[in-house]
Amino acid sequence: MDIGGINPVILIATLMASAVPILMAALGETVVERSGVLNLGVEGMMVVGALGGFVIAVATGSPVLGFVGGAVAGALLSLIFALLTQVFLANQVATGLALTMFGLGVSSLGGQGYNGIKPPPTGQLLPDALADLPVVGPILFGHDWMVYFSILMTAILWWVLKTTRLGLIIRAVGESHEAAHALGYKVNRIRLMCIAFGGAMAGMGGAYISLVRVPQWVDGITAGAGWIALAIVVFASWKPWRVLIGAYLFGGITVLQLNLQVAGSAIPVEYLSMAPYLITIIVLVIMSAGKRGKANGAPAALGQNFHASR
Amino acid sequence: MKRRNLLASAAIGLGLALSGSAFAEGMDHVKACFVYVGPIGDGGWTFQHHQGAMSLTEAYGDKVEIQFQENVPEGADAERVLTQMALGGCNIIFTTSFGYMDATNAVAAKFPDVKFEHATGFKRDSANVSNYNARFYEGRAVEGLIAGRMTTSNKIGYIGSFPIPEVIMGINSYYLNAKKVNPNVELSIVWAFTWFDPAKEADAAKALIDQGVDVIASHTDSTAVLAEAAKTENVIGFGQASDMAEYTDGPRVSSIIDNWGPYYVERVGALLDGTYEQADIWAGIAGGEVKIGDISARVPAEVKAEAEALRDAIGAGTVHPFTGPINKQDGSAWLADGATAPDGDLLGMMFYVEGITGDIPQ
Repeated sequence: MDIGGINPVILIATLMASAVPILMAALGETVVERSGVLNLGVEGMMVVGALGGFVIAVATGSPVLGFVGGAVAGALLSLIFALLTQVFLANQVATGLALTMFGLGVSSLGGQGYNGIKPPPTGQLLPDALADLPVVGPILFGHDWMVYFSILMTAILWWVLKTTRLGLIIRAVGESHEAAHALGYKVNRIRLMCIAFGGAMAGMGGAYISLVRVPQWVDGITAGAGWIALAIVVFASWKPWRVLIGAYLFGGITVLQLNLQVAGSAIPVEYLSMAPYLITIIVLVIMSAGKRGKANGAPAALGQNFHASR
Repeated sequence: MKRRNLLASAAIGLGLALSGSAFAEGMDHVKACFVYVGPIGDGGWTFQHHQGAMSLTEAYGDKVEIQFQENVPEGADAERVLTQMALGGCNIIFTTSFGYMDATNAVAAKFPDVKFEHATGFKRDSANVSNYNARFYEGRAVEGLIAGRMTTSNKIGYIGSFPIPEVIMGINSYYLNAKKVNPNVELSIVWAFTWFDPAKEADAAKALIDQGVDVIASHTDSTAVLAEAAKTENVIGFGQASDMAEYTDGPRVSSIIDNWGPYYVERVGALLDGTYEQADIWAGIAGGEVKIGDISARVPAEVKAEAEALRDAIGAGTVHPFTGPINKQDGSAWLADGATAPDGDLLGMMFYVEGITGDIPQ
């Protein structure tokens, strides 16, 4: 069953878990950007979520409450961004970058005294009888609930954005805020809610790192995952299923290249190390290259502030 | 000028006259600055440097002012940070990662009055640059012995950060000493290409564990490797740079502790009393810069005794972790029987020893 010293079943099972933080954050950012807001503060919201989730989980002993705490912490931080950009109409790019720096600083301050503590473990959701099945067991049934939740969220967001009235409103606000406003939609209020949703998703993604992936708190624990998430949103053309593919590709190749190194692959390590970035970008670009015209699918009003002057 | 100052300058003048040109003026107040590659809360490398920095305040109180910057990327950003610090009145700047080597030397050339101390590097282009390092490979030897004795799968692992001599000599020392006590041992190496990325460090540990490795040494800065090892029974690891004692109940069986405090206190003290000179320090277990953390109860008593004996022998100078005969990976001779590795060979070590598989990334 091993290919080149690597067990593909374990590899797939591992990549599904390792992609969760990026997937969650990128899904949240997809909604934010589809509503026309560019929030570059994903990294900051993730790291604050990682701390918030960790603190709540340690305090209550419940990892589920921890994830809720992570979502709340991420959403609260994103509301600062929402206040500045939607009420005071500050520049979104600058505010987003500031949010990341602020988030890293605040989490570092708030995390004092949490080094070296172990959070309550998040176990696998389904019984061992299922998880121990050959091949499908580890891949389909052996995960913790967040892995299923992240896939479920991908499906829900795809459905909401594509087929529901709510999705239509979000897209309308993102494509032409003037037109949406003329139709009577409260553009800034809708965007504010999208930003809070994106913050909550990023916060949960961050909490997954500090509660499951690493499980512990150290300063700057997200180490750039938020920037990867931002890039994946763009290369995935703002489409939820492609975001999932992008996150799994990135997570998968990261895990694969480490396994290849251990297995003593003949491919030089430096190529292996850059592979996750290169392959993810290449695949997603090829996928988006098919349709001309609206090729990249960026929301038309992305990054523009709206002020209802009429 | 107040009379006290007048007297002081008279005294200094007298001192100058007596001691001639060798006399360097002491300082009343030193601003010591630190450049860190990770956050001070990483629980490892940077944490230990910061502990060292804090011991300056303990030793000298108000006479020393400390400034530090965390998460400074290696490369052009480091040069900007260093320039800022030099302009901001720092008297001595400690740059605490190998990758700051060129930036340190470039900025030092522009600020001859500021002292620069670069950790783990080897370039001293101007007179105001000093190098300091610790012989971590001595600690790796002790870890290797424990790894060789403790592994049941005969597969041991090493998570490397970047392919630089400091890391490679650690790998070689770990492997040689594991091999010495367990000839069947195989070493798997994963390069993470980062000093600090907890999620990636955990992934690297998981990749090793998935492939049957049961003893993991790491050369990255956070505690994530031990946290990952804790998820699997029968996998053990080592605290890296810091004791990481919080994992003693779990996978941590021992550790290498970087103890920078005494060195920082000595150097800043020299600056205060005017005896500061350019230096190239490389102390190890003997000098107290490298300490071996408590060996936990998971290690059988006889292995523990053997490891402690090796530690003490290295400290006493009777055993060198690199003692011949040792061949390079390609089979060519490196050290003759009984010869020990010269420091120059170690500091430029860019080859694996015989028995290690895989290539060093270029």
